[in-house]
Amino acid sequence: MTIGRTRNHPAYWAFLVHRISGIALALFLPAHFLALGTALEGEARLEGFLRWTEQPWVIAAEWGLVCLLAAHLAGGLRLLALEFLPWREWQKALAAVAAGFALLAGLVFALAR
Amino acid sequence: MTTARAELVLWAAQRVTAVFLAGFVLVHLVTIVYAVRGGLTAAAILARTHASIAWPAFYALFVLAAAVHGAIGLRTIAAEWLGWRGRGADLSIAAIGLALAVLGLRAVAAVAA
Repeated sequence: MTIGRTRNHPAYWAFLVHRISGIALALFLPAHFLALGTALEGEARLEGFLRWTEQPWVIAAEWGLVCLLAAHLAGGLRLLALEFLPWREWQKALAAVAAGFALLAGLVFALAR
Repeated sequence: MTTARAELVLWAAQRVTAVFLAGFVLVHLVTIVYAVRGGLTAAAILARTHASIAWPAFYALFVLAAAVHGAIGLRTIAAEWLGWRGRGADLSIAAIGLALAVLGLRAVAAVAA
């Protein structure tokens, strides 16, 4: 099997999405914490920050982060199932289920926001 | 602690925090969708976090689990993708984990106060 064929496989894409979403979430967390930390300077300061987040590009970025968080959650549950449960045929479908869950979470967020 | 034993502890910590984070992230996703309906306001966020000690306690545990999980994940990625291993890498990653925990707990304190 060539490297190309190995990489063009749902399991490889699931691995890549899990890694990249994990890196993105780790990079986002400090900004998230600093934003919430503005409440230390009073409710008005936090409110000012929240008004800033109403720009379309910020909402688009929020949508992306929700999708990444849901993908990392579902992909992580897939990995736990693969590592700790006895192998079953249905586990092959977990990457697709994880992708579906991430898109569903993004859709629900988009409809609510 | 031997290197093999330390690796085992980190491997186990990554999985144990993953199991806790699965629940925390699911609650967080539902809370996000609930919170953004009709627009985010500082008053609504603070009313929620002030309503019960359970919310700050939940977020404090969430922050600590995410800091540990994120740091161990970044350590694995640094080793596998950048070839960055050893004492320097471990100390740097530990500092990142500690910074995430401190920033996160500061954010929890900001919305709980």
